[in-house]
Amino acid sequence: MRIVVLVKAVPIVGNERLGDGFRVDRGSGLEPNGNDEYVLEAALKLTEAHGGEVTLLTMGPAAAADALRKGLAMGATRAVHVSDEALAGSCARATAEVLAAALRRLEYDLAFAGADTSDGQGGIVAAAIAARLGLPYLSYAAHIEPGADGATVRVHRLSPAGYDVLEAPMPALVMGTQVLGEPRYPSLRGIMQARGKETLTWSLADLGIDPARVGAAAATTRVLTAAPPPPRAGATIIRDAPDVAVERIVDFLAARSLV
Amino acid sequence: MAAIWAVAELAGGRPTRLSLELATLARQLAQASGGTATVVAVGSGAAGAAKELAALGPRVIAVEAPTEGDRPAASVVAPRLAALAGEARPDVLLVSASPDGKDVAGFLSARLDLPVLVNAAGVRWADGGPVVQMSTFGGRLGTDSAFTHGRGIVLVRPGTVTAEPALAPGAVETADPAPSAELPPVRVVERVVQAGAAASIDDARVVVAGGRGVGGPEGFRIVEELADAFGGAVGGTRAVVDAGWLPYSQQIGQTGKIIKPALYVATGISGAIQHKVGMQTSGTIVAINRDPDAPIVEFADLVVVGDLFEIVPRLTAAVRARRG
Ligand SMILES: Cc1cc2nc3c(=O)[nH]c(=O)nc-3n(C[C@H](O)[C@H](O)[C@H](O)COP(=O)(O)OP(=O)(O)OC[C@H]3O[C@@H](n4cnc5c(N)ncnc54)[C@H](O)[C@@H]3O)c2cc1C
Ligand SMILES: Nc1ncnc2c1ncn2[C@@H]1O[C@H](COP(=O)(O)O)[C@@H](O)[C@H]1O
Repeated sequence: MRIVVLVKAVPIVGNERLGDGFRVDRGSGLEPNGNDEYVLEAALKLTEAHGGEVTLLTMGPAAAADALRKGLAMGATRAVHVSDEALAGSCARATAEVLAAALRRLEYDLAFAGADTSDGQGGIVAAAIAARLGLPYLSYAAHIEPGADGATVRVHRLSPAGYDVLEAPMPALVMGTQVLGEPRYPSLRGIMQARGKETLTWSLADLGIDPARVGAAAATTRVLTAAPPPPRAGATIIRDAPDVAVERIVDFLAARSLV
Repeated sequence: MAAIWAVAELAGGRPTRLSLELATLARQLAQASGGTATVVAVGSGAAGAAKELAALGPRVIAVEAPTEGDRPAASVVAPRLAALAGEARPDVLLVSASPDGKDVAGFLSARLDLPVLVNAAGVRWADGGPVVQMSTFGGRLGTDSAFTHGRGIVLVRPGTVTAEPALAPGAVETADPAPSAELPPVRVVERVVQAGAAASIDDARVVVAGGRGVGGPEGFRIVEELADAFGGAVGGTRAVVDAGWLPYSQQIGQTGKIIKPALYVATGISGAIQHKVGMQTSGTIVAINRDPDAPIVEFADLVVVGDLFEIVPRLTAAVRARRG
């Protein structure tokens, strides 16, 4: 089974900041997006159990290589890094177009994506890629298994009441959640081995995409203003013994008509 | 003259609460822009749901379509919507920032080549287009964003507006669009309803959440009782979901749900940034924690420093006594 995992390199959570033109600063210190590590773990487990290989695919600046290295150390076979000066400031529309074009050049049975990203929090890029490629789209996966016939994939999709069991022919795109299970830490051996693994770097020219369609100048959305939210009024602090504390909580809630 | 559309989500043939908010928001944006408001409801029982939606003011287009289980799949909704919207070319499409809504939005953006603004916590009309307010980077930054060329899809979170009936209901019509290029087949083999699926945290007015401080699944009993006393729902942090004390559907935060209840009570929760993302816009935040320096103290309205096992049961009794 050949699985391509879409991994976005995001700023370390808690350290994000906006740079020029209100764009997320991606100059350094990038890590694999948390949700993408879960689908990578699921991909590694599937190939360990059923044979096959895992290819990481990212679109991002030079610093995204750090995130790819971690994925390779976790056990991926190779990485594809789509990188081009012209991509800086791309919106979700352009991202989906570029990743779809990259997937067209790869051979795979399954493509995996995370539920959303910590920096963009969109949760839409994967669905847009599936629509562009005409791939069956199975989202919010809590469990992924190959069908008995080897030509289909089965997914448990989280639902408000439990889960739906979905089945589709391969190739298919599966978007997964944290319920798939904790990602592994790279082992020392994995870190050593990662150094010898192949990373392909593709430019927009390699993908046949006109640079005018992507990047900041072609962005379909723009940030108008950015400012820290007004601070919440400082909290009321109660340190009384439990009985008094509870009385004070109830008074506080009653004053706000919450009880 | 902007055409504002909202996509209604149906569950059991009824519009979700968020759909009623979207219909209200569509009406408000239509008023502000001097345009028109339309709601599209796709699924089985759409005609019935349409009446409820029309009471909020917009014109409603009801599209009967197969629904397996209680909800129509995004693969049923999206191609029909793409056909209608491809023809009518609305300026703004308001879609629920829910799992099904995100699937629909991703499909529509690719098929209609429309941009998407995500996670709207507020939408207003300015300079000929929607301006979307959102909170980012764990609440450290608030941004206003717009489409570069006016048209696009907005994913709207719960609680941006309060659903309000209009003075005059909108007209209801039906449509039966040929789905635009079908999505490739995804078969629903089975819809599994897990026993004891708790009250949903998405729509609850009060959410009582527990963290690692609750100590274990038994500890959640007192959290449940407090939620019950308020008539609310139970949520939790990722730590407790990973530990198997709560199902994932009740996880609040970056990788869980983003909720906006009127009252959020955090018991034994430290308030990590990934958790804060999911609940910081709640109306009132009460934290019960024995650590006066826990990060949650910085964004709570009321902090009770103490042992939750002593405070929560007493609070439950007091709330029950008050609510009778
Ligand atoms: C990629 C990624 C995504 C994540 N997504 C999420 C997410 O969606 N949601 C989420 O919640 N987390 C998420 N996390 C995890 C997050 O970083 C924290 O680890 C988690 O929120 C901590 O949960 P907690 O508050 O229950 O536990 P802790 O941080 O251990 O806090 C327990 C608190 O309980 C208090 N306490 C203990 N005993 C008592 C008592 N008897 N009485 C009163 N107080 C007591 C302690 O003082 C402490 O403040 C994510 C992390 C990563 C890396
Ligand atoms: N630049 C990118 N490179 C690789 N994968 C991406 C990129 N952007 C988004 N993705 C994938 O799409 C998923 C959803 O992203 P988003 O819609 O931006 O929240 C992520 O979890 C990734 O799997």
